[in-house]
Amino acid sequence: MSLFSIFDVAGSSLAAQNIRLNTTASNLANAESISSSTEQTYRARQPVFGQVLAAYDSAPGVSAVRVLGVVESQAPLRQEYQPDHPLANEEGYIFKPNVNVVEEMANMISASRAYQNSIEVMNAAKQMMLRTLSLGE
Amino acid sequence: MAQFWNQALGIHEQALNLFGRRARILASNLANAETPHYKARDIDFRRALARAGSDTVALRHTHAAHMDVMGGSGGGAVLYRQPTQPALDGNTVEPHVEKAEFLQNAIRYQASLHFLGRKFKGLKLAIKGE
Repeated sequence: MSLFSIFDVAGSSLAAQNIRLNTTASNLANAESISSSTEQTYRARQPVFGQVLAAYDSAPGVSAVRVLGVVESQAPLRQEYQPDHPLANEEGYIFKPNVNVVEEMANMISASRAYQNSIEVMNAAKQMMLRTLSLGE
Repeated sequence: MAQFWNQALGIHEQALNLFGRRARILASNLANAETPHYKARDIDFRRALARAGSDTVALRHTHAAHMDVMGGSGGGAVLYRQPTQPALDGNTVEPHVEKAEFLQNAIRYQASLHFLGRKFKGLKLAIKGE
């Protein structure tokens, strides 16, 4: 039945949004991970989504989502002068991650809404299929 | 026999196929709501159904990967939606629009199913003659 591919497509979206939520959680958790050099400092991570043809459906217009990769943000790190800090380098600087907490919160809300949308699509497709199965009864 | 079924069931059989196809396309749109450069797609349902109902001349497909000629038979081409507010990353999916269309499509699908079910009931009644 052709409607089965909806589960494939919506499922790929769930997986992608799940990865996005995971990276957001990681970014928020590490928002204040201080270190003493630029190399060791945590950098914000973001997944990159791409479209891919659904595995069991080659019809035109039907495509699933795939996470092409997770990239690290190139934004500058936050450098602060705190000579008393135990992790300060010789010049007295510490480095904070380039995580933008406000951006991450918006990302989190967007991801969870998209997740909910996909669940609703799945439920609607399930209803449609169950009704089709009971056709003529 | 095939003609009998076509006459007995009317347009709803083709409509169900098209609703199913449209549901898959709209589900892809919703799944790709955050994908950069993804363009929302849809089919022109009225034209597709008019095509599916009438006996139009079609090009023969000799391979599964062959595409329909634009405007040919087979239920209409997949078009691109005109967005009212495209995103900065080139994505033209507007989740609220797609969701409304998807739900509408699901309800229409169930309506067609209901009509088909009733037709089967009528046929059963006619066969039994009670």
